[in-house]
Amino acid sequence: MGQFQAALRYMARRAAVAFATLFVLATLLFILFRLVPGDPTLTVLSPALSPENQAELRQRFGLDQPLIVQYGLYLTNMATGHFGISFSRATPVVALIGERVVNTLVLMLPALILAYVLGIFGGALIAWKRGTLLEKSATLFAIVFRAAPIFWMCIVFIVVFSHWLGLFPEGHMLTPGASSDSGISQFLSLDFLRHLVLPLVVMTIYYGCYPLLVMRTSMLEVLHDDFIELCKAKGLSERDVVFRHALRASLLPITSSVALLAAYAVAGSVLVEAVFSWPGIGLLMVSAVLDSDYPVAQAAFLLIAVLTVMGNLIADLLYGLVDPRIRYS
Amino acid sequence: MLREETPSLPIIKPLDMAARAVGAACNRPRVAISLAILAAFFLVGIFANELAPYDAFVKQYDANGNLLRLLPPSADHLLGTTLFGRDVFSQLILGTRTALIVGFLTAIATSVIGVNIGLLAGYFGGKLDGALMRMTDVVFCVPILPFSIVALSILNRSTWWIITVMSLLFWPIAARVIRSQVLSLKERPFTDAARMSGARPLRIIYKHIAPNVLPQAFVHGVFAIAWAITTEASINFLGFGDPNMISWGTIIYDVFTSMVSYTAWWWFLPPGICLMLVVGAFYLVAEAYEEVANPRLQER
Repeated sequence: MGQFQAALRYMARRAAVAFATLFVLATLLFILFRLVPGDPTLTVLSPALSPENQAELRQRFGLDQPLIVQYGLYLTNMATGHFGISFSRATPVVALIGERVVNTLVLMLPALILAYVLGIFGGALIAWKRGTLLEKSATLFAIVFRAAPIFWMCIVFIVVFSHWLGLFPEGHMLTPGASSDSGISQFLSLDFLRHLVLPLVVMTIYYGCYPLLVMRTSMLEVLHDDFIELCKAKGLSERDVVFRHALRASLLPITSSVALLAAYAVAGSVLVEAVFSWPGIGLLMVSAVLDSDYPVAQAAFLLIAVLTVMGNLIADLLYGLVDPRIRYS
Repeated sequence: MLREETPSLPIIKPLDMAARAVGAACNRPRVAISLAILAAFFLVGIFANELAPYDAFVKQYDANGNLLRLLPPSADHLLGTTLFGRDVFSQLILGTRTALIVGFLTAIATSVIGVNIGLLAGYFGGKLDGALMRMTDVVFCVPILPFSIVALSILNRSTWWIITVMSLLFWPIAARVIRSQVLSLKERPFTDAARMSGARPLRIIYKHIAPNVLPQAFVHGVFAIAWAITTEASINFLGFGDPNMISWGTIIYDVFTSMVSYTAWWWFLPPGICLMLVVGAFYLVAEAYEEVANPRLQER
């Protein structure tokens, strides 16, 4: 029971840190946007709006108030989802960002899961087959692709599979006008899947190289352990020894690398979305920043921060689950 | 990676470590090749101005005054020219210098921050430790690439700002590793001896404890070079780069936005290959050094 309470207390502390991070980031954002050259109110007010609308927004965001009041209003607005009106699209920002997050996750989560499943089993397999051509080429492949800039890899894949072979579309999530579906059913359409293949493959390779290499190293270490000899002596088949016993014992270094994963995954997805024009939250942020559409940029950034923070939180909890030695002290 | 067993002599000389690392490298072709690649890029970076056949910023014209657009590789232009008539090979050479400057400056700055925070938090413990580690947790959660983009769009698109922003965000990993090492080092007899002979805390930290964490700091530093080069290239690729400095990321951005990636391979492929070679080599060297610096890994 004490263990359970300790785990709860641990989770509460992690959640508090996650919350504090978002608060700090929101504050930093506030300060940064006051540094914008020229009139800082331009970060909230589109110059294109009519004077009456401008006056109304000025009041809503308290831009005629002292800085500290503005800060309070800003935090309240952020916390309650009042992100303002997009400059370039003249729609409320909230309406823009929801589906973007879904689009990002639809690409990122399958890539992460595939990368880790393939990385873990692939790493175990090549460690078992040490010295073979398979092991050597897979290791070299992982070393090379881990170092390749992901945005460049995306373009290479587009050139080869889209321009030369004509197998897949070179970008976007759906062919415009091809399907009238909306909501969940659009993610089940063949058109969507065709668009998904290339970015998913690049992202899986990009996320998967590191777990593959870590798994290989840690498996090589574990395969020398005494308990492996015991398993063999017990008469288990070699495959059972490798995939049931050694694999489980080798997982620990992977789980500790997961801590770095959230920031890495988010950076990768921003870049992949940018190259493939994938309508996710990362692409929205990049284009909003380039267009100086500050309300959208602000909201998109905060959502990306929420994704990162939640990713870290989940990684932390998973780590506690997998590593039996962690005792939440 | 904590050192678990207590060595009888606490002093680890980083230079010895480096020498052992080079020795170990010679037994492993992968690492030896990485070191050779890095040496080559260093030379190119140092002598960039002498090696570049053309001014990388200047548009090239033929004898009749026509802009030399998208020329394929030739004896005059080893890697051809860009859509804007600039020499790709010269750009690549200058990009080498930029990548190395960015990598090293960021690695040094971020390691200094991380090591100091780790030392202070680990040695003093208590409230200072709590405060510093909560700060570390917070910075650790900042999505680096998106934050850099937002910050750069507001501050100024300069390489120096990119270095500053990355240095301020990369350090938490080093801080955590160093802190956990200090926690065990401060319980060792040599620290007690220093304390009893009347040494002040700061002297103990920097004179007695710091030398022992240098190998780990070094490992982190080499990894940080690789992260910094990759992140800087990504920032540049997204269009937030310094217009006054040529970087491999900017070159790829130029090809991509010119929509000629699938024809002008001489312009598109080289910067990506350079990034792959340099970043990959730094990763492998860092891992090799980590094995030497960490006795537990070494015993494999």
